[in-house]
Amino acid sequence: MVPPATFTSYYGRPIVKAAPWQSDIPAYLFLGGLAAGSSLLAAGADLMNLPELRRVARIGALFGAAAGSAALIHDLGRPARFLNMMRTAKPTSPMSVGTWILTTFGPLAGMAGAAEVAALLPFRIPIAGRLLDAAARPAGLLAAALAPGLASYTGVLLADTATPAWHAAHRELPLVFVGSAAAAAGGLGMVGARLSETTPARRMAVGGAVLAFTMELQMERSMGLSAETLHSGKAGRLFNASRGLSIAGAVGTVALGGRNRIAAAMSGAALLAGSVCTRFAIFEAGQASARDPRYTVIPQRERVTRS
Amino acid sequence: MHGWSTAADPARDTGWSEAPARKGFFTDGSVCIGCKACEVACKEWNGIPEDGLQMLGMSYDNTGGLGASTWRHVAFIEQPRRPVGAGSLTPLPLVAATHGQEAGGDPGSGFKPDYSASAGASSGPQDTAAGSAETGIRWLMSSDVCKHCTHAACLDVCPTGALMRTEFGTVVVQDDVCNGCGYCIPACPFGVIDRREGPAGARNVGIAQKCTLCYDRLRDGMSPACAQACPTQSIQYGDLDELRARANHRVEELHAAGVADARLYGADPDDGIGGAGAFFLLLDEPEVYGLPPDPVVTTRDLPAMWRTAAIAGATLLAGAAAAFVKARS
Ligand code: SF4
Repeated sequence: MVPPATFTSYYGRPIVKAAPWQSDIPAYLFLGGLAAGSSLLAAGADLMNLPELRRVARIGALFGAAAGSAALIHDLGRPARFLNMMRTAKPTSPMSVGTWILTTFGPLAGMAGAAEVAALLPFRIPIAGRLLDAAARPAGLLAAALAPGLASYTGVLLADTATPAWHAAHRELPLVFVGSAAAAAGGLGMVGARLSETTPARRMAVGGAVLAFTMELQMERSMGLSAETLHSGKAGRLFNASRGLSIAGAVGTVALGGRNRIAAAMSGAALLAGSVCTRFAIFEAGQASARDPRYTVIPQRERVTRS
Repeated sequence: MHGWSTAADPARDTGWSEAPARKGFFTDGSVCIGCKACEVACKEWNGIPEDGLQMLGMSYDNTGGLGASTWRHVAFIEQPRRPVGAGSLTPLPLVAATHGQEAGGDPGSGFKPDYSASAGASSGPQDTAAGSAETGIRWLMSSDVCKHCTHAACLDVCPTGALMRTEFGTVVVQDDVCNGCGYCIPACPFGVIDRREGPAGARNVGIAQKCTLCYDRLRDGMSPACAQACPTQSIQYGDLDELRARANHRVEELHAAGVADARLYGADPDDGIGGAGAFFLLLDEPEVYGLPPDPVVTTRDLPAMWRTAAIAGATLLAGAAAAFVKARS
């Protein structure tokens, strides 16, 4: 339907408030997704005996979880009070649920990743090194079991707000985000592992990119008026970049990913960059939709008129 | 209306066994004179720092809106007086606050009063709202505040439990618990709560702040500072049941006097937030005052969101497993 040309507001001032979050949060959305996807890839590589893919993926999961956690803590108004997150567990708060998932996932993925890092050292760490080796597989598998939650809850985190563009996308955001996570993790595997081991990474990358792309199309329909915010300003530029990079990466993967090491690495890098842009685009679209009262007033006014 | 269960007694539902009657505010915009005594009293009592002394250039309102250091905010709308006899609910010729498609975030950019539209309109039944017949302008004023929602999104999404429900049924931030994650801020459908900015170490900087309905005064049996200071009883404090009855009576009174525009906002326990603890009598559509026309607590859709997340997680797991089928080359 054609939205009304005019609407009423209080001198054009916003009604809802934009989240006070800086780039830490969209960066975390990416890093958490990368960690989750990588831990799944690592678990599969471990079980299928693909050591190089396993190493890249485990280190990717370690890095994603560590850097992501740092970004989350940095974004707090009072970082020193981070541990207050642990004084309760609330299913009505996606942030509480996510914090518990991440604090369980982090050490497990960290252990598996540390085992890989230790193996790269020119010397062996006595005792602790052997313990780490023994713990790597169970820890990695447990981390992979938590990965679906880690990759999908962030969609709920954004959607469970009064931010018009995020809430209107609540039926698709978790699916877009798991697709983006898989594309990023597959992309990392393609960048870091030899061709003979990257078949699963390539499949995961392309599958993830296709899932994200199709769910984004559906998401734009669900968003109604607020879908505008994905196509203008900063969010619009990021969204276009995410589309371009993801399509290029996926096409490159299918065409050359299994034959040419350089082309595989470039396709993987494009998919990683595409995933970054997806997260930042959706983040910025939400912020823009909160700052302009039209996205709050018009859909609500239509709802009132209908009932 | 929304198929959302109503909690008549949020304090008891939260686990307070000995709870007094739910307390709230009835803010009657029809008698507000825009003096801002409430803003000042609130700042003074609660020790809230100054948060900007700029001129906004849009009306007599230079406060702008609620925020971490503004817990009462008097909206001040200057609008062309509608012709007498115009249907009460037809859209107003609201030049002052109506924006075209391209209206952006620049406050006041759409403020182009067109006094000629209503020039010559004689004084009508809307005269209870401040304004003068000669200028063809009417002034709407109303003091905004945290709604102390029955279903409060800020409280639902708070990961630390810093936001809590008091025995009075109100919603309060525990300053010593909040770690400033900021999640409550985009969650509030009214844009009430915000994180205080300022030099690190200054009082409550970095944590979420909003109206407490003067929790400290309530516990001592006093009324909140704003209600105490209001010279016209536009802000009334008391038991919510009683306030609702009083407000219904007031609307009937105004309708009988010909003020067909008078309507309550936030008083309906079946609305999208389960009814507000602090509700309002308005003389125009809510969005004219900067209020959302049909606010809904975002967590109403949370079960559906978790279901989608479960489907998404299962898809990822299945996809990852499928990626390894015959993967050894
Ligand atoms: S109005 Fe906003 S800040 Fe106040 S209780 Fe409701 S959700 Fe919380």
